[in-house]
Amino acid sequence: MSAATAAAVDLPPEVRTPWTEFRRKFKKQRVAVVAGCFVLLLVALAIAAPWIVPYDAENFFDYDKLNAPPSLAHWFGVDPLGRDIFSRILMGARISLTAGFVSVAAGAVVGTALGLVAGYYEGLWDRVIMRVCDVLFAFPGILLAIGIVAILGGGMVNVIIAVAIFSIPTFARLVRGNTLALKHLTFVEAARSIGASDWTIVTRHIFPGTIPAVVVYFSLRVGTSIITAASLSFIGMGAQPPTPEWGAMLNEARADMMTSPHVALFPSLAIFLTVLAFNLLGDGLRDALDPKLERQ
Amino acid sequence: MLQYLVKRLLGLIPTLLLVGVLVFLFVHLLPGDPARLAAGPEATAETVALVRQDLGLDKPLPQQFVRFALGALHGDFGRSVRTKRPVSIEIAERFWPTFWLTVAAMAWSVTLGMAIGVASAVWRNQWPDRLGMTLAVSGISFPAFALGMVLMQIFSVQLGWLPTVGADTWRHYILPSLTLGAAVAAIMARFTRSSFVDILKEDYVRTARAKGLAESIVVLKHGLRNALIPVVTMMGLQFGFLLGGSIVVEVVFNWPGMGRLLVDAVDMRDYPVIQGLVLLFSLEFVLINLIVDVLYAVINPAIRYR
Repeated sequence: MSAATAAAVDLPPEVRTPWTEFRRKFKKQRVAVVAGCFVLLLVALAIAAPWIVPYDAENFFDYDKLNAPPSLAHWFGVDPLGRDIFSRILMGARISLTAGFVSVAAGAVVGTALGLVAGYYEGLWDRVIMRVCDVLFAFPGILLAIGIVAILGGGMVNVIIAVAIFSIPTFARLVRGNTLALKHLTFVEAARSIGASDWTIVTRHIFPGTIPAVVVYFSLRVGTSIITAASLSFIGMGAQPPTPEWGAMLNEARADMMTSPHVALFPSLAIFLTVLAFNLLGDGLRDALDPKLERQ
Repeated sequence: MLQYLVKRLLGLIPTLLLVGVLVFLFVHLLPGDPARLAAGPEATAETVALVRQDLGLDKPLPQQFVRFALGALHGDFGRSVRTKRPVSIEIAERFWPTFWLTVAAMAWSVTLGMAIGVASAVWRNQWPDRLGMTLAVSGISFPAFALGMVLMQIFSVQLGWLPTVGADTWRHYILPSLTLGAAVAAIMARFTRSSFVDILKEDYVRTARAKGLAESIVVLKHGLRNALIPVVTMMGLQFGFLLGGSIVVEVVFNWPGMGRLLVDAVDMRDYPVIQGLVLLFSLEFVLINLIVDVLYAVINPAIRYR
């Protein structure tokens, strides 16, 4: 895996680098390839959303069509306040994807660093870091997030911080386990024997070996985090109305469930399809990167 | 065995102590003066000073912590800011609805999840596997609150078969426990499948088949028993997930449980209730993990002597 950086170099097809090997195996996971394309499409839509939405997501009110079902003018219908649901879903994609990516990325960076330190040095550092992880694990995920939101106050930024914090211990444990397994291998021994510094050994030799596990977990975790962020908004602790966050939209739709179920349908579908895509992508990555990971 | 149990129980103390410190510090991390919060927005400066003295907030932090910890050990978390009743009573009223909801969700989801997982492993890459795993990946991708709303819309509103909110009869438990357990069933199915696939490749399974045992006996007796070890661990972890999930599900179904109480308490900044609930939730979580570890040691004697 240490040659993962060779990816950028254009190699002849018969040379098998970890990257070409990964591409060969990943292409066989047809479901995951489709899911990956869907994720890319979503990201593109989310980035382009402000320029392509047909109506202003927060400030356009069509008072003649309150609760109108889907039509050509309003693809996903109109909500009880007269706002275009399609525009709100598109703008919501920005929020949910940002929340998912940013929180997991922050958790992964901090968790990976802690896991590398704990696994490589063991001893006191290991005990301190793992004890802190145990304590964070002693709170069911969403409870920790609610506690953090109660301290910092509501709002999407605090939700992202909360989700990032409870992503840290899982990444730390994962990377620590990998580091413990890798550090006794011959190539690490060899690096040490030619006098490589701890920094070089950890960043150049051990860290690349932990990447597959982190990538797989990252993808699966983004899905979970999107659900958690939406859940917090749904119970009124995350994004506040009129923000078009999917969970907050569902909460607003509860009052009119009886008369206009389509108002709740589209945000539900949006969360489901997005999270499904990340989960299918994660499953495919796992099968392509390392069959042994399947057991974790 | 006893030695192992004692070792594990003692190992819990540092974790619980740290959790306690965190929960205690929680009040001091809240924006604003806790004495002002407890006294209410209209209290005069004198009242706030009295409340501060009464709650011991004028004392040094370590002393306050000892007071908090001693109180917590006696089940005393102070009084709710909102209702002025003791937090322990507030929580006790809400404990059982959440407990039974969690147990109901756990029971059906583990049974169904394991059945799907075993079927998927036995008929690997055939239609039962594809169907089961499609259901499972959908289950982990569908957020509980959306599922709850869909189920309520179909079975309570459209068909009128089941009640929408409340927790009075067993009929009230059906939809919330379905909602709460769906993700767990999905995770259990995926997990059981992957550990079962490994086990079906083991030598002792081949031996059992070679001596001519019926496939059903091979699967249920030789396979399932050995697959239980990782599955029990996973089950314990899922319990924590259910405790967290119950918070959201209780909001959807307006369930009179601890999750709903927590959400209301956060809304009202009722910090003694939040403190008590967070401590109780994490205590439960830690205890369940302990029970799982002990069960694990009962199933697999090798663990005890590590």
